[in-house]
Amino acid sequence: MMGFIWFWLVAVMIVGYVVLDGFDLGVGVLHLFLAHTETERRTTLASIGPVWDGNEVWLLAGGGTLYFAFPLLYASAFSGFYLPLMIVLWLLILRGISVELRNHIEVGVWRALLDGVFGLASALLAVFFGAALANVLRGVPLQADGYFFLPLWTNWQPGANPGILDWYTVIGGLVALTALTLHGALWLTIKTSGELAGRARRIVNPLWLVVAALTVASLVATIAVRPASLNNYFNYPATFIVPLGVMAALAGIWVFNHKGQPGKAFLSSVLYLFFMLAGACWGLYPTLLPATTGADRDITLSRAISGPHTLAVGLVWWGFGMALAIGYVVFVYSKFRGKVDLSSADH
Amino acid sequence: MTAELIHRLHFAFTITFHYLFPQLTMGLALLIVVLKSVALKTGSEQWDRAARFWGRIFAINFVFGVVTGIPMEFEFGTNWARFSRLSGGVIGQPLAMEGVFSFFLESAFLGLFLYGEKRISKWMHWFSAVMVFAGSWISGFFIIVTDAWMQHPVAYDRLPNGQFEVLSFWQLLLNPWGLLQYAHNMTGAVVTGSFVMAAVGAFYLLERQREEYARIFLKVGVIAGVAASVLIIFPTGDLHGKYVARNQPAAIAAMEGLFHSETGAGLVLMGQPNEETGQIDNPIVVNDALSFLVYGTTKAEVKGLDQIPHDQWPTALPLLYYAYHIMAGLGTWFVLLMIVSAFLLWRGRLQTARWALWALLLSFPLPYIANTAGWMTAELGRQPWLIYGLMRTSEGYSNTVSASNGLFTLLGFMGLYLLLGLLFTVLIYREISNGPEPNAAAEAVHAD
Repeated sequence: MMGFIWFWLVAVMIVGYVVLDGFDLGVGVLHLFLAHTETERRTTLASIGPVWDGNEVWLLAGGGTLYFAFPLLYASAFSGFYLPLMIVLWLLILRGISVELRNHIEVGVWRALLDGVFGLASALLAVFFGAALANVLRGVPLQADGYFFLPLWTNWQPGANPGILDWYTVIGGLVALTALTLHGALWLTIKTSGELAGRARRIVNPLWLVVAALTVASLVATIAVRPASLNNYFNYPATFIVPLGVMAALAGIWVFNHKGQPGKAFLSSVLYLFFMLAGACWGLYPTLLPATTGADRDITLSRAISGPHTLAVGLVWWGFGMALAIGYVVFVYSKFRGKVDLSSADH
Repeated sequence: MTAELIHRLHFAFTITFHYLFPQLTMGLALLIVVLKSVALKTGSEQWDRAARFWGRIFAINFVFGVVTGIPMEFEFGTNWARFSRLSGGVIGQPLAMEGVFSFFLESAFLGLFLYGEKRISKWMHWFSAVMVFAGSWISGFFIIVTDAWMQHPVAYDRLPNGQFEVLSFWQLLLNPWGLLQYAHNMTGAVVTGSFVMAAVGAFYLLERQREEYARIFLKVGVIAGVAASVLIIFPTGDLHGKYVARNQPAAIAAMEGLFHSETGAGLVLMGQPNEETGQIDNPIVVNDALSFLVYGTTKAEVKGLDQIPHDQWPTALPLLYYAYHIMAGLGTWFVLLMIVSAFLLWRGRLQTARWALWALLLSFPLPYIANTAGWMTAELGRQPWLIYGLMRTSEGYSNTVSASNGLFTLLGFMGLYLLLGLLFTVLIYREISNGPEPNAAAEAVHAD
């Protein structure tokens, strides 16, 4: 029971991170293409300026929760994915520095450089996060002691000797890149106006087509790479509502964007990300990290879960703390509600 | 180089660089609340501008703290997997609590403080500053709780598979080691904040510019500085030192360079520990002083390294000894300088005493060195243990991550942090050059 609770609590934090920081990453990619003047660029970046740092906290809080609830998984996955995680850290550093510091620099050349770094780091982060999830879905070569170490790539095949990158995880990376870019475009249609919002709205169409195609490809590929992903769905057929939810949410994005209802289109994108991640989690449950070296080496919920005292202590403060945290998030978003207005920003 | 050494250097390098930023963030957060409070009470636009100026410096510093802080949480898993696997149930909790209780609070209200001044009332803006201060100090608390458990494990049990379990939320949080360390550490952060503020004030006065702001900075910096400099030694440093002496005798013996147990042990002020001969070369010693400091009587016996098995000696003994002596020596200088400055401030002579202004200006790097040396003392003193008395450092690093891969990423961090350090210096220099007064250059950034 405790294992079930904590599995879904960690899943909720991951969804929270992807939904919130997801549009930051998307805006990061898009600002290079959509903003044509300095004012437009500042408007674009101001749409995430007050919130990106708080959104990133979901990653840290989620990581911390994973750490104490499933220490074996945390230890095994973080050391096994050592190289890509270090690259993610460098990208997170570059992204944070570049988006904040352009406010403090007025030399055009340096701003152009920071903007480029911000766009590239955002894009690569999206790719790495998608590839990371695909690595978990595919499985890793776990040793008997519960550890593994993956090189960045081997032969690009998801077989017995996988690397971080193979054709399957690259698809995962591309799904994340395009879906989060779409997410960011929808955020911009809410937060900006005029020519800029129009451009954001128009770019949704081609992006949507790519996301839809990649979504189908990734579902098929996941079933091909790890057929066991379907077990939970066949055991509990009602849960096929999750992939149906993915499709409905995709349809919602298209329809509401065309009707000119950006709020509902963005919400549909939130639901799309939610159903995609929930579907992946459900495909794994109760495995946390499958082994390509034999199912008896899978890191499962019961194997990785912390002791009962730890989890009881955790539950006491976690609910209280997250309620507070959600309060702050709602408060800040309500203060910065509405279209970006550069004249009211004094920073 | 062994994998163990690489992983230690990896963590040590990234945490040392990281902590250059939070110590100023936490110290300044308090001083910004002071500036905002005076501004709110008097309605003074100057104090408000002073708060905004330090808010800009805070913001730059905060970003560098955030981006260099994220790797720390990851490195527990990436570089210290075997440690995390066994202890995650305990120390993962305060780390997660830091995110949940502090980072959400801090990021939410910092966004409001920096970007929202025109959208919210004066009171709300003041409140945002207070919340940013609370967030940053809560954050510090949970990190200290984490470290304190490694220094002095409490409220734990072990499962059959060797994993540590936490038994009591409150005992974990109220670990006496942690409370002492927290008081000492946060005072250290205020020392950094107040020295930096006073140094900028001294710089402006020496330059004979922006004198009305310089006076504010000097006043706040020196008053906070004298309080923090005294508190860092007495009672926080004194109590913490006594607690270390009782619980980590090997650490205190190595810090003090006490190779042999002595009744009426002397305090070594200077000298170089010689591990081969087991004595201090070129010593300057105050007789009986160490016994007095630790036990309150000059006749007490202090355990020396000779009573401790060699395999439990701190592994980097001379470095530990020097780190401790550098910290203590600089702490003494802080008290002297700040008492003299406070006296001059009280007599109204500080602004014209150029020698004192020079001393304040040149002293701003020293609290950074002292805080770093203090942390080195704590962490090197814990060696050879990762969890004191329970798990050795050699049992904790990720043995699936080779020395070569560790070196690769360590070099990557070194290159990246060199870049960050240069960028930070340029940005802070620019803010100090632009000053608190709204001017043409700053307007250009805001207007275009």
